[in-house]
Amino acid sequence: MGEAIVITSGKGGVGKTTTTANLGTALALQEKKVCLVDTDIGLRNLDVVMGLENRIIYDLVDVIEGRCKTHQALVKDKRFNDLLYLLPAAQTTDKSAVQPEQLKKLMEELKQEFDYILIDCPAGIEQGYKNAVAGANKAIVVTTPEKSSVRDADRVIGLLEKEEGMESPKLIINRIRNHMMQQGDMLDVDEVAAHLSIELLGIVVDDDEVIKSSHNGEPVAHNPNNRASIAYRNIARRILGESVPLQQLDDIKEGFFTRFKKFFGVRSK
Amino acid sequence: MKTKQNVVIKGTKDGLTLHLDDKCAYDELLQELKEKMDAVNGQEHGSVLTVTVQAGNRYLLDEETEEIKKIINQREHLAVESVKSNVMTMEEAIRWKEESEIVSYTGRIRSGQILEVPGDLLLIGDVNPGGTVKAGRNIFIMGALKGMAHAGCYGDEAAVIAASRMMPSQLRISHYFNRAPDRYEEEDCYETECAYIDDSNQIVVDRLQVLKHLRPGISTFKGGKHSG
Repeated sequence: MGEAIVITSGKGGVGKTTTTANLGTALALQEKKVCLVDTDIGLRNLDVVMGLENRIIYDLVDVIEGRCKTHQALVKDKRFNDLLYLLPAAQTTDKSAVQPEQLKKLMEELKQEFDYILIDCPAGIEQGYKNAVAGANKAIVVTTPEKSSVRDADRVIGLLEKEEGMESPKLIINRIRNHMMQQGDMLDVDEVAAHLSIELLGIVVDDDEVIKSSHNGEPVAHNPNNRASIAYRNIARRILGESVPLQQLDDIKEGFFTRFKKFFGVRSK
Repeated sequence: MKTKQNVVIKGTKDGLTLHLDDKCAYDELLQELKEKMDAVNGQEHGSVLTVTVQAGNRYLLDEETEEIKKIINQREHLAVESVKSNVMTMEEAIRWKEESEIVSYTGRIRSGQILEVPGDLLLIGDVNPGGTVKAGRNIFIMGALKGMAHAGCYGDEAAVIAASRMMPSQLRISHYFNRAPDRYEEEDCYETECAYIDDSNQIVVDRLQVLKHLRPGISTFKGGKHSG
């Protein structure tokens, strides 16, 4: 019996879809059978980030309204051998086309077949959010170190904590810009974690490669050397129950010279 | 004929006390009260006497209270000060109990959440920005207040707000409110502080220790031990 994890944030544009795509990829790299479900009906884009847009035949609404079987709508990711699937959202209807109970039933069905179901939640806390949360038993809240995003994350955590049968949500801090944090122009990791006071699942640095890979339809988690990719892979391992230390922000992209100075106790920053 | 009086008038140094019988029918009581009042009408005293009405174990509806007051107040030299009764409805009793007890809550009030209690609130945890706590009386927060707190939200101007770390976005007491400074200096907020309405009807934030003198009524200490 698998787990259904909803990936949500409240605020839009903080990286829910990117996180879903990359965590799905990273979990599949760990030989887990994963299904990604896009619940952003009317504004689907998880398929684009995954590079699977042109293979879509049926969508979530088709499944729910019984126009096709569930497995017919699942789009297989060819980069993996039968491990990663996508259930795309419909583009032509809107979020009122499905009800929370229907999603719940569908998730129960998918849980039989998959180890992990990652549900990409739409922004906001209305119908689309309610649909996405209904079938989940775990939640990941994505936030950036900006006040507005943290405020919305706080609101969503409050709602998730009231949800029946939901485990305490976990936090991913996305789009970290180390130099801005150090100058105090952004909330730092500790401040965000203390403010939201839920378990920190991981931190992901802001990296151009993430945008570039989304543009190319190949999630960055495929790249073994990129720092954001490593962050996603670490998060996947933590989801699997491994204990992996948080990435040290200072160590990222640190040249030989700065390390040399640190060795002699000379601060470089 | 009946010998027992339903309305007994007694004079005290503060004025008159009317004892109303609580066994007879209300109509009978009202009738006798009218007769008694007509009787006293003739006796002019010059100065106005204050009247306290004791209804005993009779529950008086608001209309009935008004009716009794009206009959007495019609006499020029009489003015009703209060109508007292030994009984109250369950509803009133529950409300009274709720309004006079401290409700404690452990947890964090997150953005968009509202916690409201009719009496005093003891919050063990923080109020995050965007979160709201409301209480009919006082609010005590063992944690950081970063959101909004509204004490005395049904109009009690003597209500206070105390927090271990006072850095609210807004404070409200009764119908007064006060906005936070646009920026907090971190080191400003490490002492427990309280907020109250001062003499010029402004909400002020002060050291917690001033409460003892400003709002002695907050102390409800009874029984227990406070020795030494």
